[in-house]
Amino acid sequence: MPRHRLPIGLGSAAAIVIVVASGVATFSYAGGWLSPDRLTPTRMVAALAPPGGPALGRRRNHAKGICFTGVFISNGKGAELSRAEALRPGEYSALGRFNLATANPNAPDGSVQVRGMGLQISTPSGEVWRTAMISAPIFPVATPEGFYQLLRASGSKEPDAMKTFMAAHPEFMAFVEWTRSAPWTASYAEEPYNALNAFTFVDSSGVERAVRWSLAPSAQIVPITQADLEKRGPNYLEREIAERVGRAPQRWSLNVVVANAGDVTSDPSKAWPAGRRTIDVGTLVVQKIEAEADGPCREVSFDPTVLPAGIGVSDDPFPAARSAAYMKSYDLRTSEASDYPRTPPGARP
Amino acid sequence: MIGASQRFSGLQRLLHWLMAACIIAMLFIGVGMVSTVMPKYLLLMATHKTLGIAILALALVRLAVRAFKGAPALPADLPEVIKIGAQLSHYALYGLMVAMPLLGWAMLSTGEYPVVLFGNLRLPAILPQSDMLHTLFRRAHVWLAFAFFALILLHIAAALFHLMVRRDGVFDAMAPFSSRAAKK
Repeated sequence: MPRHRLPIGLGSAAAIVIVVASGVATFSYAGGWLSPDRLTPTRMVAALAPPGGPALGRRRNHAKGICFTGVFISNGKGAELSRAEALRPGEYSALGRFNLATANPNAPDGSVQVRGMGLQISTPSGEVWRTAMISAPIFPVATPEGFYQLLRASGSKEPDAMKTFMAAHPEFMAFVEWTRSAPWTASYAEEPYNALNAFTFVDSSGVERAVRWSLAPSAQIVPITQADLEKRGPNYLEREIAERVGRAPQRWSLNVVVANAGDVTSDPSKAWPAGRRTIDVGTLVVQKIEAEADGPCREVSFDPTVLPAGIGVSDDPFPAARSAAYMKSYDLRTSEASDYPRTPPGARP
Repeated sequence: MIGASQRFSGLQRLLHWLMAACIIAMLFIGVGMVSTVMPKYLLLMATHKTLGIAILALALVRLAVRAFKGAPALPADLPEVIKIGAQLSHYALYGLMVAMPLLGWAMLSTGEYPVVLFGNLRLPAILPQSDMLHTLFRRAHVWLAFAFFALILLHIAAALFHLMVRRDGVFDAMAPFSSRAAKK
């Protein structure tokens, strides 16, 4: 066959250009560069930033916190529902972080009503169960998109932004009601921590059940007014939990609530009605408190989709969105680690 | 050995086209998953990790086969600079096939993320947590992914150039099925 060396056939050249251009175009579409309205982890995380910009080197939300270590003592009652190793009878190492639901790591304790706990339970086979819970009994909004709109509205200078948001997200009212009626406490140890998102427990025969879990404190709850908490100083909670745990380990029961048929699992702004089957599967014992800057929780992203075999996600859209956003936050803060210096051992208080 | 055959062996062609599909899917999944917060994020992420390890394994097999079987010689009349470019781009492609999965694995390990594949297959961490290394590996993983995609587009353009313009048998050497030129 004779070779057609030059000139390049116009048709061939056009074909090559079209193939390459369509490759670039589909790649750009997949990457979201052609979709400025796509809710990306980058946009979600940017919307969390306080007016002055994010605190570099810190978590992009729940930025103020303190590490703890301890154990999870499983009583084995959860093993019937899930084959997760952490639910078999035994004592497993636990690592976590008490925190305030704010993007400002310097927020005074009395200015943030919602508190949180990140928790990681590790088992001998190397399985890891991470969960990030809050003290509120319901989530403010029904969808990740709604959460983004809430962040946008609350950070907006438009006078009607919140009103417009609330009109579009009536579920938010239940959360507002909670903030008005819930008692404040003066200790991380006196708070419940609720996972709110529904997950599935998979038992040894493969049967899946939708569940939500919560930690109920053993410590006596002593209500305090917000004003009195403010008077105790901006960093009272961290000092208090360190002292309290220094005196005695603090305990929570891990309660698993099993959904009834027909319960909505996709919306964490709706509590399931009372009377659901609830199983106390074990006790979290917090034994030691360490400052975050040098503490063991610093390196951990409490990504709620890091789950052991036997626990999976449900149709609740939040864990996926949180996983994506937490990873973005982790990537940002680890790249800014020099802005959040570790304390030299000699200089620690 | 080199020059002994006009075409790559059947195993090499199979590996090439199988990996082509995997790697292109991988790059699209990668840019897709990091730009969404939708529930599909989790499926894309699990697929990305699983496929990444599969590509790493296939790449190692492929390199071994290549070392053993060699490659057909490029046409004698191909300008020297093009030959060097072709060789360098192929080394880069092979390097990326091995480096990208390792960078991803190292990035997760240094980020204290467990690496869990489909079937709840759990891989060990290959490095301890490190803010500095996590950042380094993540940036390398991202920027090399774009370089990889650009290189693949160049590779496709060059393959089409050989097929449609030069018609010199270079495309047929790796074509999945024999074509006219190869049968000639």
